[in-house]
Amino acid sequence: MEQQLARLKLAGVRKSFSGVPALLGVDLELRGGEIHALLGANGAGKSTLIKILSGAYSADEGIIELDEQRVRIGSPKEAKALGIHCVYQEVDTALVPRLSVAENIMLDRHSAAGGSIWVDWKQLHREAAETLKRLGADIPLHKPAGDLTLAEKQLVLIARLLTEQARFVVLDEPTAPLSLEETERLFRVMEGLRQDGIGVVFITHRLPEVFRLCSQVTVMRDGSRIWTKSVEETDADDVALAMLGRRFEDEYPKLEAEISDVLLDVKGLRSGSRVNGVDLQVRKGEITAVVGLVGAGKTELSRAIFGADAVTDGSVSVAGRRIKASQPADAVRGGIVLVPEERRRQGIIASDNVLRNLTLPTLRKLTRGGLLSRKREESSATGIIERLGIKTSGLGQMVSTLSGGNQQKVSIGKWVPTDASVYLFDEPTKGVDIGAKSDIFRVIGSLAQQGKAVLYLTCEFQEAIGIADRILVMYDGAIVREFQRGEVSQEELLIHASGGRGGVA
Amino acid sequence: MNSRLTEFIFKYGSLLVIGLVIIFFSFWDEHFFTYDNLASILRSISITAFVAIGVTFSLSVDGFDLSVGSTVSMVIAFSTALMVWYEMPLAVVIIGSLLVGAAVGLINSLLIVRVRIPDLLATLAMMYVVSGLQQIFTKGNSVYSNMVMPDGSSAPGSISPAFLWLGQGELLGMPVPVVMMVLAFILVFIFFKYTRTGRQMEMTGGNEEAARLSGVRVKRIRTAAYVLSGLFAAVGGLLFAARTGSGQSGAGAPILMEAVAAVFVGYSVLGAGRPNIVGTFFGAVLIGVLLNGLTMMNVPYYSNDFIKGGVLVLALAITFIHLNRRKA
Repeated sequence: MEQQLARLKLAGVRKSFSGVPALLGVDLELRGGEIHALLGANGAGKSTLIKILSGAYSADEGIIELDEQRVRIGSPKEAKALGIHCVYQEVDTALVPRLSVAENIMLDRHSAAGGSIWVDWKQLHREAAETLKRLGADIPLHKPAGDLTLAEKQLVLIARLLTEQARFVVLDEPTAPLSLEETERLFRVMEGLRQDGIGVVFITHRLPEVFRLCSQVTVMRDGSRIWTKSVEETDADDVALAMLGRRFEDEYPKLEAEISDVLLDVKGLRSGSRVNGVDLQVRKGEITAVVGLVGAGKTELSRAIFGADAVTDGSVSVAGRRIKASQPADAVRGGIVLVPEERRRQGIIASDNVLRNLTLPTLRKLTRGGLLSRKREESSATGIIERLGIKTSGLGQMVSTLSGGNQQKVSIGKWVPTDASVYLFDEPTKGVDIGAKSDIFRVIGSLAQQGKAVLYLTCEFQEAIGIADRILVMYDGAIVREFQRGEVSQEELLIHASGGRGGVA
Repeated sequence: MNSRLTEFIFKYGSLLVIGLVIIFFSFWDEHFFTYDNLASILRSISITAFVAIGVTFSLSVDGFDLSVGSTVSMVIAFSTALMVWYEMPLAVVIIGSLLVGAAVGLINSLLIVRVRIPDLLATLAMMYVVSGLQQIFTKGNSVYSNMVMPDGSSAPGSISPAFLWLGQGELLGMPVPVVMMVLAFILVFIFFKYTRTGRQMEMTGGNEEAARLSGVRVKRIRTAAYVLSGLFAAVGGLLFAARTGSGQSGAGAPILMEAVAAVFVGYSVLGAGRPNIVGTFFGAVLIGVLLNGLTMMNVPYYSNDFIKGGVLVLALAITFIHLNRRKA
């Protein structure tokens, strides 16, 4: 172990991706023996920053110093050589599922150059066992890594970096997928690392965790560091304000719609591990937003209502009629449609043209004498294009060549000619430019005016506040709070979405 | 290479090659470009063409069916045995054979859609299962009219003339299998272009998850594609048996690669870049013309596999160079 506590300093770090700035000159100082929280909304630049630290990206500008010595981190290998390690959220990409726990722990050591070509199994197992013991983790050494739980996989990766001389460890949202007990175990491990003099950078969306565990807090927003404070100097409201920045100007005027009977009624819905008994209702003409942080279960909720994932318990009804959807086609028939989050993978068929994408859900209506009518297809697609303002060179244009916003309009527009009465939107403005965004809000508003029920799932709080009649806050797979329009601020939403002030939802 | 040139090659290359090959053979041998020879080429490709239509269905949903060759063998043995061993009427023979093909397709789709075995592996396994069943069924023998049975007696039945007419007869001055093939291509063309199910198959092949989330019942659609694949392979088997008038064991095996090559040549016809029925037709024609012409040039039959393989590699190369370029 290092006798002296290490210091890692970043100064003026800049990075842009094909002209779009991601980091605008960030300064940060990390010390060994400290747990440092790195906070910020999606797109604030946290990921870019830690990828620069771990050598996955190289900075365009800026200085990195380790113990007063200027260093260059050109690759993950160089970062590891300096003792800087990172455990990303996607733990599976770093593990070899068929190899045993012990082999995975010792993987870096054994793939290092200069090592013997022979594997000393005895030594390998002894060292792996020692490392796990140091973590206080009880994982069978011979088990294939692929059979471990997510929490155990994280521990294996942490054990791996302990086999080398780790001085700084970045943990990228490690607690998001963990259960309460698993989280507690991870906290003990983190505390142990700290006591060993290792500097831990902890990224999380859950504020209570920050105040329990960390000594320093850094908040980032829009590619800049807003401030770094010690935990004693700050509180949840202060952090939330810094993360969100100035108040949102109401750029997107809300269209008034008449709200009447309940259309969508979801009762006690359960699905997978992320939807744990959700009750909600959406009325005719109403836009209800479900807000929550990444990992709260919003996407899973929308997929469960739509029949895309298996529902284990609970019911979904539309206008009082129970919908038993074993696949999306059943939900569509029952009047529910979904605009999914992953547009390119789920919302559109990129390798096909605009016409065929737009008419796919309504082919039955576009036939004449059992055969598809080209004329009807064209007039239906043209109508959608005009109504949503899709910018395309023609009906034959490949959807893959449209801009992100126009692809999203195709993903929404294909549902417009259906008789659907319930629209589910999962993060519809993700990766969409400002112009298309306002078109999308306009379409959603006009759907509500036509008497549709809209469920709008998003992690962008200002959008929810701007567009919704009612806001439901989702945390850990359940709806924890409900607010009427105008009743709540972004800061409050963030606090509830992060588990509340007290640490318990 | 100039990208416009590659674009041109991709769009018209395969049609050009077919044209050039026909012109070349016509000059080489004056018998090539005669009605009789052209009819014989079409007759010879009709069997492959039916199987290739089947392969087009499975590829259109982004699947693959390697078992079609074995299905052809099975139907050849099954149909001839029904007539020779059991003296069944023609209708039973034909309907029974089609059911065999549909059953193979249904089992394939169960393995792929329900058990979720990757398509190549599932149909590779089924290729052996079906081929093995055929060999058990015929005890490894060929079936022919009044054949000698294992116990020394001779079989009671013979291949009926009506059945033989399917493979050897003429209708409106054209060979019957050619008439059937043309009809099949027209119907399948209409299916893909003008029916909801056909469109849903292509969209499922384009992006299964997006199609599912657009309300397409993708499991049903994929099942239908494999059943159709088996059905068309069965028609190919019937025509094969009717043409040769006997049930040779394992005769369908080489047709698999011919059919697959035809479909992949079809990828590059008119720049489609995906399975399409028009392309499949031209692919089948190219392979038929090549084999016929090369036989005329006295290229020995045992080099056929090499030539078919070469055509397949070339067609795949053109298609994938183009597709990768388009993606980039």
